[in-house]
Amino acid sequence: MNKKNLLRQKLCAAPHLVWSAIFIVVPLIMVAYYSFTNAQGEFTLENIYRLSDYTDTFLRSLWYGIVATVICLVIAYPLAYIISQMKVRVQTTMMMLVMIPMWMNFLIRTYAWMNILEDSGIINKLLGLLGMEPVHMINTGGAVILGMVYNFLPYMILPIYTVLAKLDRSLIEAAQDLGAGKIRVFSKVVFPLSVSGVVSGVTMVFVPSVSTFYISQKLGGGTFALIGDVIEMQFQVSNNFNFGAALSLVLMVLILICMAFMNKFSSSEDVGGGMVL
Amino acid sequence: MKKAKLPSTIYVLLVFAFLYVPMLIVAVYSFNSSNSTGVFEGFSFRWYQELFKDEETIKAFYNTLILAITSAVTSTVIGTLAALGIDKMKKSWRRSGIMTITNIPMMNPEIVTGVSMMLLFVFIGSFLRINGVLGFWTLFIAHVTFSLPYVILNIMPKLEQINPNLAEAAQDLGCAPGKAIRKVVLPAIKPGIMSGFIMAFTLSLDDFIISYFVSGPKFQTLPIRIYSMTKKRVTPDMYALSTIIFVVILILLVLVNMNSLKGEQSKEKGAVK
Amino acid sequence: MKNNPVVIDLKNISIELGGNKILENLNLYIRDKEFITFLGPSGCGKTTTLRIIAGFLEPDSGEVIFGNKVVNGVPPHKRQVNTIFQRYALFPNLNVYENIAFGLRLKKMKESDIRDKVKEMLALVNLNGFEKRSVDCLSGGQQQRVAIARALAVDPKVLLLDEPLGALDLKLRKDMQVELKNIQQRLGITFIYVTHDQEEALSMSDTIVVMDGGVIQQIGTPEDIYNEPKNAFVADFIGESNILDGYMLEDFKCKFSGAEFECLDKGFAKGEAVDVVVRPEDVDIVPIEKGMLTGVVTSVTFKGVHFEIIVDIGGFKWMIQTTDYEAVGNKIGLFIEPDAIHIMKKSKYSGKFGDYSSFSDEIEHLSDIVEEE
Repeated sequence: MNKKNLLRQKLCAAPHLVWSAIFIVVPLIMVAYYSFTNAQGEFTLENIYRLSDYTDTFLRSLWYGIVATVICLVIAYPLAYIISQMKVRVQTTMMMLVMIPMWMNFLIRTYAWMNILEDSGIINKLLGLLGMEPVHMINTGGAVILGMVYNFLPYMILPIYTVLAKLDRSLIEAAQDLGAGKIRVFSKVVFPLSVSGVVSGVTMVFVPSVSTFYISQKLGGGTFALIGDVIEMQFQVSNNFNFGAALSLVLMVLILICMAFMNKFSSSEDVGGGMVL
Repeated sequence: MKKAKLPSTIYVLLVFAFLYVPMLIVAVYSFNSSNSTGVFEGFSFRWYQELFKDEETIKAFYNTLILAITSAVTSTVIGTLAALGIDKMKKSWRRSGIMTITNIPMMNPEIVTGVSMMLLFVFIGSFLRINGVLGFWTLFIAHVTFSLPYVILNIMPKLEQINPNLAEAAQDLGCAPGKAIRKVVLPAIKPGIMSGFIMAFTLSLDDFIISYFVSGPKFQTLPIRIYSMTKKRVTPDMYALSTIIFVVILILLVLVNMNSLKGEQSKEKGAVK
Repeated sequence: MKNNPVVIDLKNISIELGGNKILENLNLYIRDKEFITFLGPSGCGKTTTLRIIAGFLEPDSGEVIFGNKVVNGVPPHKRQVNTIFQRYALFPNLNVYENIAFGLRLKKMKESDIRDKVKEMLALVNLNGFEKRSVDCLSGGQQQRVAIARALAVDPKVLLLDEPLGALDLKLRKDMQVELKNIQQRLGITFIYVTHDQEEALSMSDTIVVMDGGVIQQIGTPEDIYNEPKNAFVADFIGESNILDGYMLEDFKCKFSGAEFECLDKGFAKGEAVDVVVRPEDVDIVPIEKGMLTGVVTSVTFKGVHFEIIVDIGGFKWMIQTTDYEAVGNKIGLFIEPDAIHIMKKSKYSGKFGDYSSFSDEIEHLSDIVEEE
């Protein structure tokens, strides 16, 4: 292709670049700007100082996010592995089944759990029928984590499955051929090769878990406020955009650090490997 | 591996039970004749009828649809053009820089994306002294923005797969460069464009968090309507609504998958020769 | 052929791509109805030259002349040449008929004329009845034929072929070579052919242009190129060669490997250092006492028609192709006719090729594969 046409085709990306600059980059700059100003638009560090009041909330969010992510990983990896060993046709159906819940509105999905876990909810009714004492489940930390696991589990299964399905079978056979037992084949061949899937799965579960607000509102009953709840409150209730921006900024930086930490474990480039429909 | 079949089957069933029971409950209670979301008293379509009488919900439904179509079309057009342009850029820092910025809305927590756009809109609003800047257009911009990376991500691999000489071959046979892209390249990457569009469409239909921050009282979408209703006590008409949405998206998904399956099969046929 | 008018003339073409000099001051003319082949290793600039002719690349300097018109800056779709691409580049969304009709439709031909032309083209490439097939369902050879039909349908004056047979297996490649040559002769159009396969070049071309490092090393008929290589690169790239350091004693007399030989070359200075080429099949094995040179057999490989014998002569490994078997370790004598000795001027390639002691062949082959990937 000669240079003029090449340039012309490259220019096709221009609308996207302009769009991204205005609606991705500038908003992030706005977050930083609001973080360091007060309502009058004057420079201040007050928002940053105030953050320390919410150290507990940050830590709780991180902790809940980590727990939910680990549980998802523990559930998802074996499932993805089992599915990847099935016949190709069955695999497609199975993955459809995994993805379908993702498409039911997550507000409704969360709300459904409220009905299940409530003191007079479905589980306690069942327990009552069996003559057992009701268990208090709603408005506990466990309920919040359950909500996270339930909502984001498919995001963990999908990328791990994608990597495992692409795994070259002859590698496993080669390892067996060289005398590796089942456990060794898994720990030395299968798992190392699926790390990129695990990394993108962990990212895709951890990020929304840490930053959620609806799940904690509904299943935590407001007693377990997470950082997302605090941010939401600043913008929708107390109208303190500046402090909300500062919280968002810290959340973003926190997640960036976590991701950088994660990426140290794998130099994979295909984060988002499970992003296909 | 074959020996361990039974435990693994049980395991798969358990996980699927975990995933599907709550949804089943939603579907079942949407047919409940009483207004409880806890006790099932009999089968009826009462909540579906009530749903269609609820004007605000119907309006929110139309809003959602309009928003999803317009934003998906826009992001598909911008994204396709972008993919064509980025594909021609050499693998350098400039290209990876553009891809990184493109992917920010995908990697960033949704709440931060929502908040950051809200700040921009409010800032512009106060600058231009417009009251209530949040509405259709802010939602539209936000939805296009978060759909773009998915559209581009769906198209780029298709562009890399096609024969690099394809556009040149068309020019060689007498096609002007622009026409060559339209006649040859676009048809070749059509599956990617289609799945990108459908993805943008469903993402827009389903989005709550980002929409929550950039929408105003004048223009409500369904997820936002659901949110404001779950703030109060929920009646099963919400369950009816989500069952309907669920079924619609299910059909869409099956269609897409059948489409891509067909594509793969015809490719396999070609490979057999 | 020699008197045919010049259809394409490249004058002082230079081009840089990504900071690398790809072509340096290239001069070349191509005559009407000629089958001309650009031959050289990967990265020698042969495909770049082709793309400059097609208009996909603009040279940094120099002129591209079609007939007597300078066509620099004329976009590909307005040039009267057509290309067969390495991997065919058939349009996957169109069937065979529509692929071939593509260029005709752009010419706004009548539908009935298009139908006739497509039929004619399919007959030409032996694909009668394939109109409705999807191009994805065709074998590599069939796709290649469709690509040829598609390019020829628009009646090009010149057809450019960029390693068109590279993706086919050996047997099919041989068949297609014959077929392409036939088509070229029947239609009487100019073919500009790019390949790195010297056998293909030798068997099909009227003229071969050997290239390396963006520079033309030699232009000539296949016989010229094989029999009178201009430098060590050409001698090594085309066929197998023993290339030795030597010098001219006087006209028709040279010395190498410690012995004096008669030869057919003259015009060198007395004592001038030269490269000497002896083709493996031109060396005769004789009893030691009758040999002009003597050596020890270090390996023997059966090649079907002949044996390939490596002989160590004073530390330099010669390759000899012979029908006589010699066991490893045998001491043998070698006899070389004067017309088997080719003298070449020293060049930057001197001393790089010609010794068969290493696995150079295999290594070269491996690196070729890596580059193509």
